[in-house]
Amino acid sequence: MKQWIEKQRYLIDFTLASLARRKTRNLGLLGVYILLVFVLASVALYTHALRIEAGKVLAASPEVILQRLVAGRHDLIPPGYIDRVGRIRGVQKKEGRLWGYYYDAVVKANYTFMVPNAGGVEKGEIVVGPALERSRGLAAGNGISFRSYSGKLHTFIVADVLPQASELVSADLVLMHEEDFRAFFDYPSGHFTDIALTVANPLEVRNVALKLSAALPDSRPILRDEVLRTYASIFDWREGIVLALLSAAILAFGILAWEKASGLSADEKREIGILKAIGWETGDIIKMKFWEGLLISLTAFLVGFVAAYLHVFYYAATLFEPVLKGWSVLYPRFQLTPHIDGLQVATLFFFTVFPYAAAVLVPIWKAAITDPDAVMRG
Amino acid sequence: MARRIRPSTRALLVLAVAAAAFVATLLDAAIPRARREAESNETRALVARLGLTDLALFTEARYTRHPTQADLHSAFQDHPLALEHFPTGSLLPPPRHEAVDRETALPD
Repeated sequence: MKQWIEKQRYLIDFTLASLARRKTRNLGLLGVYILLVFVLASVALYTHALRIEAGKVLAASPEVILQRLVAGRHDLIPPGYIDRVGRIRGVQKKEGRLWGYYYDAVVKANYTFMVPNAGGVEKGEIVVGPALERSRGLAAGNGISFRSYSGKLHTFIVADVLPQASELVSADLVLMHEEDFRAFFDYPSGHFTDIALTVANPLEVRNVALKLSAALPDSRPILRDEVLRTYASIFDWREGIVLALLSAAILAFGILAWEKASGLSADEKREIGILKAIGWETGDIIKMKFWEGLLISLTAFLVGFVAAYLHVFYYAATLFEPVLKGWSVLYPRFQLTPHIDGLQVATLFFFTVFPYAAAVLVPIWKAAITDPDAVMRG
Repeated sequence: MARRIRPSTRALLVLAVAAAAFVATLLDAAIPRARREAESNETRALVARLGLTDLALFTEARYTRHPTQADLHSAFQDHPLALEHFPTGSLLPPPRHEAVDRETALPD
């Protein structure tokens, strides 16, 4: 056993010496390889952790949201509409929600204005989300004016800022009193944006939705399941522009690695010829090249993965920010809880380490089984 | 004179350190974090209190801010041949809505 280990170590020594002769080329390849694993692993870790976080947080959202549609568009809930919902069995609580969008021309950002049904915000005051606090430089006790759609200027006092930890769901929120909301948007009294329904029995939710659509044909129930499903598929591999861009990079790397690994240079061929001529067996040459492939690909995988982990969970995936931000001005700053999907890591390992190791071995095997004289002559 | 370190020793050492760091990430992800758990519960409570339905990830347009609440025609809302014009449209899949069966009545 000791002898076997010693033999492998000599083979590794020899491989490293051979790699060192083409230092720039091999280091360049290793760098690109690490970068590729880093980007792929970052995307995989980020999307997986975000999906888990979304599922966990949005599991507390209302069981059913009832919208009213007019000509295919979301319309206001008129007075009396909520009472028509009330008679459906299984519905425990029904609340009209008031919320809307506001475009702030000062920082060119969109805010979500909302009235908390449980109250908690006094008239003339607002509670703002953390991203809004940052972009407008607000703090509790500050005053802020918004120009309403009717042209009037409304001034509010910031009573509080929502906790930074909840930024993923609350970045752009502005919570206000119902009267302020109605005055600001000129919202007709008795109207609501939509209705949130609480259904006690989760098995009843679909039945309730069916009854709702039968009783109110112009309504559109949105179930919590749909919300969770939508976020479970967020950044699906088919949709990701990051992955679309990456596929070109993966292909380019594939070509580079294949070219490097499969197309033996005249030098390498000569080296194999000499090794065979001085008594190396085919098996030894293949073992040597196997170590070369394994050392490069394993190092790239491990270093790339660890760097991706740190990037996503300790540096808040800062490199993805420009891509995810799109055209939005407000962007939540949030720290994801680390989650690793074993299958994802295994897939990444399989698709990054094995192809390279195989691409290195095949041409070497071909060269190693031919006559040393023919190989040396090229 | 100090003995020269063999390249294989150096390479295996680098690999061992990288492997240890890899295992450390797995352990790090497996350890439950009381602080993060408390923050997550706080966010959940806020979602329940306000009845929130969406993440504030993309605030650029109303159907990217609240993809689950957007009407079914939101991507082509401006005019019939309008293409999706927000970059987020290429990151965000269309919402997975449930088709609710409806009964039809003949007009009077």
